[in-house]
Amino acid sequence: MSTEAAVTLKKVTEHSPEEIERVKNWINSEEYKEKNFERTALVVNPAHACQPLGAQMVASSFEGALPFVHGSQGCASYFRSTFNRHYREPAAATSDAMTEDGAVFGGQNNLFEGLANAYALYKPKMIPVYTTCMPEVIGDDLNAFIKNAKLQGHIPEDVVIPYANTPSFKGTHIMGYDSMLLSILQELTAGQSVEGKCTGKLNIIPGFDGNVGNLREYKRICELMGIPYTLLADASDVFDSGCDGEYKLYPGGTKLKDAAESINGKATLTLQKYATTQTMKWIEAEYTGDKLELPMPFGVKKTDELILKLSKMFDKPVPALLKKERALAVDAMTDGHQYVHGKKFAVVGDPDYLLGIVSFLLEMGARPWHVLCSRTTKKFQKEMDALLASSPFGAGCTCYINKDLWHMRSLLVTDPVDAIIGDTHAKWAARDAKIPLFRIGFPIIDRINLHRSPVVGYQGAINMLTMIANKFIDIKDETCEDQWFEMMR
Amino acid sequence: MAERKPIEGITIEKTEKLIADTLAEMPEKAAKKRKPHLGANEPSVSSCAVKSNKKVVPGVMSQRGCAYAGAKGVVWGPIRDMVHVSHGPIGCGVYSWGTRRNLMHGIPGVTSFPMDFTSDFQERDIVYGGDKKLETLLREANELFPLNKGLSVLSECPVGLIGDDINAVAKKMEKELDKLVVPCNCEGFRGVSQSLGHHISNDSIRDHVIGKYEFAEEVGPYDVALIGDYNIGGDVWAAKPILEEIGLTVKSVWTGDGEIEKIAATNKVKLNLIHCYRSMNYMCKVMEEKWNIPWLEYNFFGPTKIEESLRAIGKQFDDKIRKNVEKVIKKYRKEMDDVLAEYRPRLEGKTAMLFVGGLRPRHTIGAYEDLGIQITGAGYEFAHQDDYDRTAPEMAKGALIYDDVSEFELEKFVEELKPDLVGSGIKEKYVFQKAGIPFRQMHSWDYSGPYHGYEGFKIFARDIDMAINSPTWGLVKSPF
Repeated sequence: MSTEAAVTLKKVTEHSPEEIERVKNWINSEEYKEKNFERTALVVNPAHACQPLGAQMVASSFEGALPFVHGSQGCASYFRSTFNRHYREPAAATSDAMTEDGAVFGGQNNLFEGLANAYALYKPKMIPVYTTCMPEVIGDDLNAFIKNAKLQGHIPEDVVIPYANTPSFKGTHIMGYDSMLLSILQELTAGQSVEGKCTGKLNIIPGFDGNVGNLREYKRICELMGIPYTLLADASDVFDSGCDGEYKLYPGGTKLKDAAESINGKATLTLQKYATTQTMKWIEAEYTGDKLELPMPFGVKKTDELILKLSKMFDKPVPALLKKERALAVDAMTDGHQYVHGKKFAVVGDPDYLLGIVSFLLEMGARPWHVLCSRTTKKFQKEMDALLASSPFGAGCTCYINKDLWHMRSLLVTDPVDAIIGDTHAKWAARDAKIPLFRIGFPIIDRINLHRSPVVGYQGAINMLTMIANKFIDIKDETCEDQWFEMMR
Repeated sequence: MAERKPIEGITIEKTEKLIADTLAEMPEKAAKKRKPHLGANEPSVSSCAVKSNKKVVPGVMSQRGCAYAGAKGVVWGPIRDMVHVSHGPIGCGVYSWGTRRNLMHGIPGVTSFPMDFTSDFQERDIVYGGDKKLETLLREANELFPLNKGLSVLSECPVGLIGDDINAVAKKMEKELDKLVVPCNCEGFRGVSQSLGHHISNDSIRDHVIGKYEFAEEVGPYDVALIGDYNIGGDVWAAKPILEEIGLTVKSVWTGDGEIEKIAATNKVKLNLIHCYRSMNYMCKVMEEKWNIPWLEYNFFGPTKIEESLRAIGKQFDDKIRKNVEKVIKKYRKEMDDVLAEYRPRLEGKTAMLFVGGLRPRHTIGAYEDLGIQITGAGYEFAHQDDYDRTAPEMAKGALIYDDVSEFELEKFVEELKPDLVGSGIKEKYVFQKAGIPFRQMHSWDYSGPYHGYEGFKIFARDIDMAINSPTWGLVKSPF
């Protein structure tokens, strides 16, 4: 043993500065980019997360709802921390903590005990259950487990327990959002459909959106227009609650009664069709009233589209205040266009966000250049290509799908742009490319309060423009030589 | 060690009543399971009565993570010159990417890899297995990141369930790539907490890493390794210089800002100095048994403990080092006195409650006490009996001890004990801040740090003062 070890013993080595320099330059080369795009198995710095994260966002967003992770406890901690860091808010969720024996015998007993304890300690009105990889691989039957839990008295009959299968080896967080929302709506609306009844309300589905300012903007627009609405699901007060000396476990969310009644609504609108595919398909068949998909209202035109549609559908005039807000946004955009026009942007994010951001950039005369979605469908790519083709400012832009932020890095260093828009994870690529990152998306874990500042609606357009234009001006002020430093910009 | 002075209003009887009242609100079965994990401190007993390292009670809202978190986040992730592959579905790698604050030197993507490498398992990988994919992945990673000094493969839940053999793949690829390829079977469902992930990772180091390299230079009489410092917020960079100042040569760091070849050659050092006992005692014991390397626990939080530790370290060496120790202590005493003069008057008499991983509650008590703050409650997410045994003498009689505390319990305890500060994690932070209670994250140093060493104490003192005395807390109560 010892002689053998002596033969194979290697010396601790250091890379030479020349070698480091060579590789440092090489990873910025065209040749490296090609190699980088050839990889088939390795994913580096992905820009998406797994299904149960999205499920937890929905599961948190109803009145009195306690998210419940069926599977490994570590997953629940990861989801919670992700929301804690992004919103800087509590993010309650519990788990039934399956371990090795659960892998052998299944997780039914864990679920029984978990539901009983969660109910007794936290007194929820609803316990949405969603899964981690583990029970999905071993094939736990949640439908039977939950029925049994009620039959055997582990939890009272009247506690609403919707469940979603959310394996992390399929889709992304937006698919988990979709599955959980579908399940909650199915559960809450069961038996609530009344022939001929119409609540007169609009159901709005915002989709997986970490910006509570956006959700509030949707509600405000409805209120200004005098349209009664139900936001499905409403994370705004859940993930943005005040500090008044008392911690509230359930600080908000869509009222269960409103969600139940949503099946008899006047219309149902999704603002993230890629995050609500299954839900909308089911709503199409089961709900009364109109069903429609609109793009997220990024920028003026898409906001116009939303407001016009609402005005027509509910036969309400566009209120003076919204007209004024539109004019203010256009005023800001015409005043500020010179700081953004022609600037090239890389954008990374979820499909619906990407379509919105690119639409805004085109409106500003900016040039979206590299658009990247970490995991999505060809359908999305086609829609993005069509959007880009609709404006001369979209020319030259490429939409990459199923690529990651290390691919994006190669793009940024070989075909440079002026800035990148995306979530915090893009900061490494931005730094390597020496360009600013505009944080729009999820999660934002290195800046404060951005999740409170809407990026949709007319106000959102002003907010985005302010953030982008002023940063470019800052860079000029910070980097220009003395003779070019001046009072006005 | 002298027993802590009693804390006003804290008695064994009162604490036991608080525990009983809290348990009374829980379902019978859960209360029965939780009871042994809660206790009033008896500093003088040889073994702490609080039980630990048991399964999480389902549904109670534990703050624990998993074995993968312990392996990737704690042990492997901080090694800067390796490619760490999160092997399995997308989530685990994403959530653990950059969220522990184990800082590192190097050029990202060139000589250091603070990134997320994953095999992003899809349904077909679950059905057909991921071994082939892993092989390809390791080749691709090695080609695109040629200056890596090794690759680790960290299994996520499905890998162990579908019967993949990452050990065989690692063995084959180590030969093919002529680099360390380390398998680590740290599936999240294994064990009861992060702790098993630490242990499994230590075992991987034992089986696949240690002894495979040797230092280029001759071994010297003052060569030591720094074990169990993960460089959170730059901790290693505040601790290592002190050891060097007393004349020691730090040959390797496990694993904060660590280099794998140096870790592999650690079996040649004279002494292992261990900071985080919980996560790394296993390998210290292995090196002691196999290579007769002694190990010593030390504590670099706060001047009292730093001085104690430096003297204990000095005892392991000759007069030269011992003299250096006294010189260093003298040199920094003035700086530390200045820090205390500034902050202690504003913090004297305050109380704090702590709930962190497996080391810091007991290790930071001295630093709080240096500032005049008493600890009324402490507990761990994933500690074992030996950790609690080391904790009991550090706390006052009757202080509350809680193991794997649930959100429900901790809320009750804090409500009753009304500390001036809670030091715990991100999941707990905003719960208590909403209630108007000052809070510092004690896993991540709340995006500050370092907290180790003399430099670290200056920052710690500033941060604790800032948290407790921020005027913003005065605004919580609305006048209307």
